[in-house]
Amino acid sequence: MDKAIKRYFPLFALPTLVAFTIGFIVPFAMGIYLSFCKFTTVTDAKFVGLSNYAKAFTDGTFGHSLWYTALFTIVSVLLINVLAFAIAMLLTKGIRGTNMFRTVFFMPNLIGGIVLGYIWQLILNGILANFGRTLVYSATYGFWGLVILMCWQQIGYMMIIYIAGIQNIPGELIEAAKIDGATAPQVLTNVTLPMVMPSITVCTFLTLTNGFKLFDQNLALTNGAPSDMSQMMALNIYDTFYTRQGFEGVGQAKAVVFFIIVAVIAVGQNVITRSKEVQQ
Amino acid sequence: MAKNPDNQVSAVRKTKHGTALTIFFTLLSIVYVMPIIIVVMNSFKRKAYVNRYPFKIGTGKMFVGLENYVEGIKKTEFFNAFGYSLFITVCSVAVIILCTSMCAWYITRVQTPFTKAMYMLCLFSMIVPFQMVMFTLSKIANMLHLSNPVGIILVYLGFGAGLAVFMFTGFVKSIPLEIEEAAMIDGCTPIQTYFQVVFPILKPTAITVAILQAMWIWNDYLLPYLVLDIKKYKTIPIAVQYLKGGYGSIDWGAMMAMLVLAIIPIIIFYIACQKYIIEGVVAGAVKG
Repeated sequence: MDKAIKRYFPLFALPTLVAFTIGFIVPFAMGIYLSFCKFTTVTDAKFVGLSNYAKAFTDGTFGHSLWYTALFTIVSVLLINVLAFAIAMLLTKGIRGTNMFRTVFFMPNLIGGIVLGYIWQLILNGILANFGRTLVYSATYGFWGLVILMCWQQIGYMMIIYIAGIQNIPGELIEAAKIDGATAPQVLTNVTLPMVMPSITVCTFLTLTNGFKLFDQNLALTNGAPSDMSQMMALNIYDTFYTRQGFEGVGQAKAVVFFIIVAVIAVGQNVITRSKEVQQ
Repeated sequence: MAKNPDNQVSAVRKTKHGTALTIFFTLLSIVYVMPIIIVVMNSFKRKAYVNRYPFKIGTGKMFVGLENYVEGIKKTEFFNAFGYSLFITVCSVAVIILCTSMCAWYITRVQTPFTKAMYMLCLFSMIVPFQMVMFTLSKIANMLHLSNPVGIILVYLGFGAGLAVFMFTGFVKSIPLEIEEAAMIDGCTPIQTYFQVVFPILKPTAITVAILQAMWIWNDYLLPYLVLDIKKYKTIPIAVQYLKGGYGSIDWGAMMAMLVLAIIPIIIFYIACQKYIIEGVVAGAVKG
């Protein structure tokens, strides 16, 4: 049967392969190469070795954006997952209106980052106006503004995944634990949490990578103000490319560093949480 | 599968705290939708008052009726933007579903070092952030004259292929080979086998992929902004961002109206397909 299908390569696999080559493989390979070059468009590249990387690492705004992003990611991953899990636990108790609550909490997730950014810019500035401040008064306000925005957007999504995980726990397991005299906290830590570990793996993965790669919300909410202090890595790279003349190579070098960090985190997180999963 | 026993447990739990929880979540839900209600409220206010008194209801001299909407639609050419967004999203998703599912079937059934490498590359592409390829991708798209709503479909197919191929492959692997062999023995060509036997089985995964990709493409800002010729073609996120003037000055009245118009199609889509969206997210998470 293999052979019969094999002849149909041009029809079945070629369209995707061509698009994948244009949309990913070539840009990625060129991106790696160009990070070692000086260029303004892709055709005038001159090899300059590691100097782009040297410039990227001595650029203070890049280092700052890295710490800002890391801190933001840690805070948002913890908050989103804890809150989403708590809501999921309460919404699987079969209370009245469960479906309606689920619908409401999930909804913000469908709204795009740019739109979300402006919604929250209005609301947070409105609240801060009472104290004579705005979101761009200092990077701390921008930071917590983004955290609130991301919680509002993502808690519903993660809640849905946690609810599915919790509903998959066999009821007998919890009953048995209770009959054996386990208290509610013991059931939570010894039965529920280990059993929903696959959901935790997925949700931490999604929130981690979403946090690190955040761009639209950052652009729309503060655009890095004041003076790039609330700028996250993705926005820093974008600014290096498109607002600083002659820094395209440095931007590409930063992008490679960014890619390596995201890849290491994504793979590392998967290895760690997967090892904690139990067989059902 | 284990839903029923759990429901019995919850029936036991229900008696305790049930009403208190319902009240708590009702209040929380109101807080949750508040931002959207505030935006809707502000979209009918004179622009000078939006930013200054965002929480006041626009009555009397603050109320401007539909002025912000008229202004915003004119400034952003909203209906064009809506058309482009709809066209790009629908066509890209359709093309992604068709091409990547065929590709996934091919690389699962024809096992060669080449198809294995292709699968690994698809997996790999899922962890690469867009910033890594944005500059080169936009330059290549320009060179190949893909800077229009039709060309960008190819870009989306390329950049979205990773996740889609990965999810379809996972499902194709679980389809028993015997079904396809039977079809082939009965004289089906691979094309007939695929469209009459395999694709109908893939349908649930296709819905999941379609929903995940549609959510991404509809809301995507940076890729179309860099790839499209934005003087001619603006999608909704680009149109909204475009309202922010050169030096950060924003016409908040028009902005509020555009935010409302940007949210309405999403809410209609959500209410119409809620079941599929939530199932799609869960299925996508389990496989992802």
